[in-house]
Amino acid sequence: VTVTPILSVLPTRGLVDEKFKVALENLPPRFPVTLHSLHQSEDKDYWEAFGYYVSDDRGRVTVSQDASLGGTYTGAEPMGLLWSMRPVPGSRTGLRLRKMDVQSPMVVLISAYKGHVFEGFREQPPMASAVTERWYMAPGVQRIDIRERGVKGTIFIPQGPGPFPGVLDMWGGGGGLVEYRSALLASHGFVSMALDYLSFETFKTHNECLSYFEKVFSIIQQHPQVIKDRVGICGLSLGATVTLTMAAYCKSISPRCCVCISGSHVFPSGVSFAEVFQFKEMDMGKARLDEQKRVIWRDMILPIPTDPQRKVAMGRIKCPLLLVNGDDDQNWATVESAEDMAKMMRAAGNDHLLTTLTYHDAGHLIEPPYTPHFRASNFIVQHSKQKVVMLWGGQTKPHADAQEDSWEKILAFLRQHLYPCPSSSLPQAKL
Amino acid sequence: METNLWRLLLSVQPSRGLVDEKFSVRVQNAPPAHPLTMHALLHSEDGDTWEAFGHYVTDSGGDVNVSEDPSLGGTYDGVEPMGLLWSLRPAPGSRPGLRFRKRDAQTPMQVRLSVYQGHQSEGFMDRAVLASVMVERWYMAPGVRRVNITEGGVTGTLFLPPGPGPFPGLMDLWGGGGGLVEYRPALLASHGFASLALDYLKQADVKNEYFEDAYRVLQQHPQVCKNRIGLVGLSFGSSVALKMSVYSNVIQPRCIVCVSGSHIQHVGGTLADIFADIAKNQKKTRYNEENQVIWRDLLLPVPTDLSKKVDVGRLQCPLLLVVGEDDQNWPVPESADDMREMMEGAGNSHLLTVLSYPRAGHLIEPPYSPHCRAGTFMAAGSRKKFIALWGGEVAPHSRAQEDAWRKTLDFLRENLYCSAD
Repeated sequence: VTVTPILSVLPTRGLVDEKFKVALENLPPRFPVTLHSLHQSEDKDYWEAFGYYVSDDRGRVTVSQDASLGGTYTGAEPMGLLWSMRPVPGSRTGLRLRKMDVQSPMVVLISAYKGHVFEGFREQPPMASAVTERWYMAPGVQRIDIRERGVKGTIFIPQGPGPFPGVLDMWGGGGGLVEYRSALLASHGFVSMALDYLSFETFKTHNECLSYFEKVFSIIQQHPQVIKDRVGICGLSLGATVTLTMAAYCKSISPRCCVCISGSHVFPSGVSFAEVFQFKEMDMGKARLDEQKRVIWRDMILPIPTDPQRKVAMGRIKCPLLLVNGDDDQNWATVESAEDMAKMMRAAGNDHLLTTLTYHDAGHLIEPPYTPHFRASNFIVQHSKQKVVMLWGGQTKPHADAQEDSWEKILAFLRQHLYPCPSSSLPQAKL
Repeated sequence: METNLWRLLLSVQPSRGLVDEKFSVRVQNAPPAHPLTMHALLHSEDGDTWEAFGHYVTDSGGDVNVSEDPSLGGTYDGVEPMGLLWSLRPAPGSRPGLRFRKRDAQTPMQVRLSVYQGHQSEGFMDRAVLASVMVERWYMAPGVRRVNITEGGVTGTLFLPPGPGPFPGLMDLWGGGGGLVEYRPALLASHGFASLALDYLKQADVKNEYFEDAYRVLQQHPQVCKNRIGLVGLSFGSSVALKMSVYSNVIQPRCIVCVSGSHIQHVGGTLADIFADIAKNQKKTRYNEENQVIWRDLLLPVPTDLSKKVDVGRLQCPLLLVVGEDDQNWPVPESADDMREMMEGAGNSHLLTVLSYPRAGHLIEPPYSPHCRAGTFMAAGSRKKFIALWGGEVAPHSRAQEDAWRKTLDFLRENLYCSAD
């Protein structure tokens, strides 16, 4: 009779950025096992990861301490079963895992199989299984649709009496209303607004753009649960360019701090902010294809222009700025841009505001931790509606490490600048 | 424009935990050496309000870490990571005799944890909080399945762990209050045991065969290892567990856990006979100054007559007894002593483990839930309500629950998962 091992995953229900502990007990000593994770996405694709272990003399495997000897990750990786997930064999190609409904958890099935298995997980019964939930929203976080004055977004409000600092959260050129990072920020105490800015009808002029974003910023700033002078902006990719533009040019708004992930201060289409959204003038000539016909856009803004009209005037930034980049970014020349931003700010005398984090072998899509890495995925180019496979870059393990480290630093940066820090001379909080 | 206020950060990890999981509660970003009150609030399914609180002072970094810093007073004191849960008690003005029990095991307990300015001890509902988060405490892990059992005349609920199985099984027997109590078997299933909650006091004349039928239902379930079944009993359920294990040819558990139980009972009759026997000793009922009922003497003195107590010398499987030394409801410590003596005499005392807890009472339940020293009790089939004195003091009882639960799970794993066939 085979001994049944005992598999435990704690916590059983965690936030997406919380570590978990996976442990197996009651195996025979020195027994080879495969730990496997399985998740079915909202699009019904299956994702999996696995690691090879050998139990110790007491018949135990402790994922947070023991080294995986092979599989989709190796070494002592407590969270490898999540960040090394990839589509199961036979899946559609170019997939990217993103949770669009943040009010329900990602459900992951963790299983233990006899021996070191590399395929056919669905065809054989595991020795044991456990189910764990991964949530973007902490209990009690509120989700509110925003549809006002031509602005489409979602606001997430943390639990508690408030008011809270606010964060405007912007994604990249793929468009849509992407809520998961905002939901997670609210779970960490920030009123957070996810914004669908690419469905805004047309930005005809530079001023129209600026006034749209001023309106957006004021929606979050004027919210009764938000501390007016503690609103920051967080942007990824094109969203980062928007962030920098808002910080530099919008007269009526002053973000307390900005986070730019995988972004550039260079206007992609060459000249004006409005044209960023029109994409019409974008010089696609410098787009390349790799040997697998995946699109590489990183050269499009290279060399970094010297003409000040083609990039955000970094000398006008008045608030602390955190840049987060991967040096294997194949989509945007973010490392070169960061160097140029530093140069501009040094010349303008405001470089004390700048912090740059550059992660070796990380790619473009630096997201909250413990979610899978995609070196390339399907992408619809906004203006032409063309379907391509976009090369984002990055190698899985360094990219996963970058996500974990940068998220911690982003949260610390936001807390430092947005959560008023008491000094002993301050009076007690007014509410 | 600078605003002259500071905002606390309150974080609880995990925010959705199992009922027996520890959590960490942290406050950050307050001024240093600042007095704060940590407060917990829980609404029961019956609409009652339970609360707990502890007084803290932030450290030089403006932080409080409940797992490491001492509470200086409140409903608990000292370094108590889980004090905000186990010291929960009915809010002032509540109905008397309340006991916290979750009827719906499929939804979580929702506890609101808040931080208040200064050291407060009352009037929390009228004060402004500095920060507040909702924490969920679950009896059921994700993937645990709940199955209604109605076959063979048996009424129960089976909780199955996630995974292919087959799993060791447990029959979970509650006490004389009757009903279908699901939270403990749900939690046991979350730890890998196919657990059957059994409703056995629906009729006054329940036959002994009912338990054998239930045992068979569990054994025959395709996801249960038929040779790896244990019994877990509390209070009267323990009496049933002991009797069945010794005298039934069908019920052959691999191990038994008896919480707050006694072997003293009329052997050879039905449950109705046992109840009738106990009722004969009504006059031994005592009352404390608050008129709460003390029933522990009804079974005393421990009989020498073998027709009046289960012959535990004939037990063939490991037995874990969990004893609260301040049990005012049943003579559990005396029974445990007598059982040990009987087993030593019979030569099977190597099967016996006794966990005895000073100042713990009768209701030794899964950890981190409120302690009930005295509570409204209505025996199954009766309409009379009493306030029964269960016994135990909050802190020692809570420590007993934590320790006993951990050892109970270890015992069950040892005997049902690890032992060779």
